[in-house]
Amino acid sequence: MADPMRIRASMTGDKVEVKVLMAHEMETGLRKDASGNAIPAHFIRNVTVTHGGKTVLSAQWGTSVSRNPFLHFRFNGGKPGEKVRITWLDNKGEKRTDEAIIVVPQT
Amino acid sequence: MDAKRREVLKTGGGVLALAAAAGIIKPREALAQEWNKAAFDTKSVSETVKALGGSGSTPSSSVEITAPDIAENGAVVPIAVESKLPRTQAIAILIEKNPNTLSADFDIPAGTDPFVSTRVKMAETSNIYALVIADGKYFHAVKEIKVTIGGCGG
Repeated sequence: MADPMRIRASMTGDKVEVKVLMAHEMETGLRKDASGNAIPAHFIRNVTVTHGGKTVLSAQWGTSVSRNPFLHFRFNGGKPGEKVRITWLDNKGEKRTDEAIIVVPQT
Repeated sequence: MDAKRREVLKTGGGVLALAAAAGIIKPREALAQEWNKAAFDTKSVSETVKALGGSGSTPSSSVEITAPDIAENGAVVPIAVESKLPRTQAIAILIEKNPNTLSADFDIPAGTDPFVSTRVKMAETSNIYALVIADGKYFHAVKEIKVTIGGCGG
């Protein structure tokens, strides 16, 4: 089982700012190991972010997104205390879902 | 197929809506699981645009790429793309000289800012294209990023 995502969802004005770090090797399939064997590709292909059952961002990724992927975006309509839910699915069918509560940043 | 999906959506989502109404498929589930292999296999910018359903794209000053001019580590290059085009539906990041051109393709639903920021891998110094689909039309911005992997020049 993959490690949990680190998610920060915070209000900036009337928008929700979401920053995510996912734990994933994002192996391209182009590299070789020490004995010259190709390392099979292993990478996140789909990311879906929902808020209140509505998709606020969906992404398809290739192998060139960096290891331990970072994602940052903003959406409207969220309020403090509500949840943002993020799911990723990789090319081996492994998936992981994590949630974060929208917070008001301390100033 | 993503291109097909966009076409379906563009033509009013009729088929998808019907299928959903009939309970054959749940649209969100169907969309979330799909991966546009054809687009991620492309080897050039023009091929990628086609695989994403466009016939070409127009340069636009309303698409802005924020990224370093020089990336010391090609394994982690921060890229942010912002579109000021009304009705921005999708933002894709293309890296011209990578083995596969398309890096990431984001669907931007209404209510989400036309902005994404992520980190990508670059094999060598290359142009980065931010491809934006807005109101069914294709636009792009381009920026060159010099890569000095491990400080070995480049």
